[in-house]
Amino acid sequence: MSTPLLQVRDLVQKIGSQEILKGMNLDIYNGETLVLLGKSGGGKSVFLRHLIGLMRPVSGSILFEGEDITKLKERQLEPVRRKIGMLFQDGALFDSMNVFDNVAFPLRERGERDPAIIHQKVEESLARVNMRGHEKKMPVNLSGGMRKRVALARAIISPPNVILYDEPTAGLDPIVSDSINKLIRRLQAELHVTSVVVTHDMVSCNHIADRVALLNEGRIYFTGSTEDLRTNSDPTIRDFVDGRSGETIY
Amino acid sequence: MALIGIFSNLYISFLSFLGQVAMLAGETILSIFCGRIRLRLVIQQIAEIGFRSQLVVIVTGAFTGAVFTAQAYFQFASLNMETAVGPVVALSMFRELGPVLTGVMVAGRVGAAMSAEIGTMKVSQQIDALRALAVNPVDYLVVPRALAMFVSMPFLVVECVGCGILASYYVGVNVLNISGVYFLANTQKFADSSDIIMALVKGFFFAGIIVFISCREGLGAKDGAVGVGRATTQTVVNCSLAILIVNFFLTMALNIFFPAGQG
Repeated sequence: MSTPLLQVRDLVQKIGSQEILKGMNLDIYNGETLVLLGKSGGGKSVFLRHLIGLMRPVSGSILFEGEDITKLKERQLEPVRRKIGMLFQDGALFDSMNVFDNVAFPLRERGERDPAIIHQKVEESLARVNMRGHEKKMPVNLSGGMRKRVALARAIISPPNVILYDEPTAGLDPIVSDSINKLIRRLQAELHVTSVVVTHDMVSCNHIADRVALLNEGRIYFTGSTEDLRTNSDPTIRDFVDGRSGETIY
Repeated sequence: MALIGIFSNLYISFLSFLGQVAMLAGETILSIFCGRIRLRLVIQQIAEIGFRSQLVVIVTGAFTGAVFTAQAYFQFASLNMETAVGPVVALSMFRELGPVLTGVMVAGRVGAAMSAEIGTMKVSQQIDALRALAVNPVDYLVVPRALAMFVSMPFLVVECVGCGILASYYVGVNVLNISGVYFLANTQKFADSSDIIMALVKGFFFAGIIVFISCREGLGAKDGAVGVGRATTQTVVNCSLAILIVNFFLTMALNIFFPAGQG
């Protein structure tokens, strides 16, 4: 395999006295869709926030294109962040702006002033996520799935090298979840981006993953293909894949 | 020992808060001089902070001037010093009441709104979204508000003082029958440009206090709606206390440059 685009080494993170990540190691390769599975509250989203510098680890390193981003200051991270798009769990749309302005925001902030170019790119981006015709709506008037689509349009309007998805199907019904999964696949095919998807949705994982990593007790417990995951007989992996808590009713 | 522990914790929290406000102020000033100014946002904020605060500032200034005139008249009338009411009210409005009342009212109206808006953005991950989109929250949120506040506050102070003196003149001359000529002559004699400068300098400092405390509280909000509510309350309390405390030190310092009673 080629040199990893992102190399995570011995990543440790504590929140209060609780150690969330306990020396996590993971390589993410160019162009792949890596799905990070794990229990709720297991540190998946925390890990994802480290990849874009929204959180700083207690120790360890994250190399992006060979540069340790954990050592960069807030303003030094900006060039890195321009190459990485992130889809937050609830979209994190700016609630004072309508859909058009939300999607146009990264363009305007990067200095684009021509209204015709902005309009064209916003329309293209919204079309990619099947959200044309909703430009004037405010985020509060959108459903959960629509909000995620708009957030995705905002993340890809200046095509990034990497897209981070934080629970893209959480809280959505199976049909909308399926459309989001197909959208992730389609974006990967069209934009050739590297995708890191944090989820605990096995259906979503089977649909979109090139490679799967399982986070357990703050460390990467398993990496491999979806097929390897399905056929693995390790009890911890089987419990997760089969959805067994180990608890009894009475 | 427990009491010492409580006081030392309070002292450390206080120093930490001052440090955070100072760091935010430093980062904002650096950003104003080295970063990109978003003029559209500055104008929006001037409309929000300056234009929409006028009513509250005018009413506060006018009624404070009016009631102060009445109280001063009741005391001075027994000494046959009714015509001293004008300069007393004017000097008080310029040097103390105008800037302080404007500061407290703006802290309540604008500071609370700033803190709530930024705090809501923080707890709903919109600040993280800004950072993820390579936009520094200080550049985007704090700088426009700070510039708008520094531009608006001196005007609001002048409005407050002006309305206070006008109301004082109206109540003094038309209601309490003080001689209008003496009222104006004495006011002009005792109040001069140094009093106006003092009001503006105080307004400028209070603008900084309000904007940096409000934005710091907003950016530090956590724990959802409860956290935003807490940040908003803290903003109003801390801004009001800071304005009152800083006002004393400013008065003492500015009195060196602009001594009272030299007009």
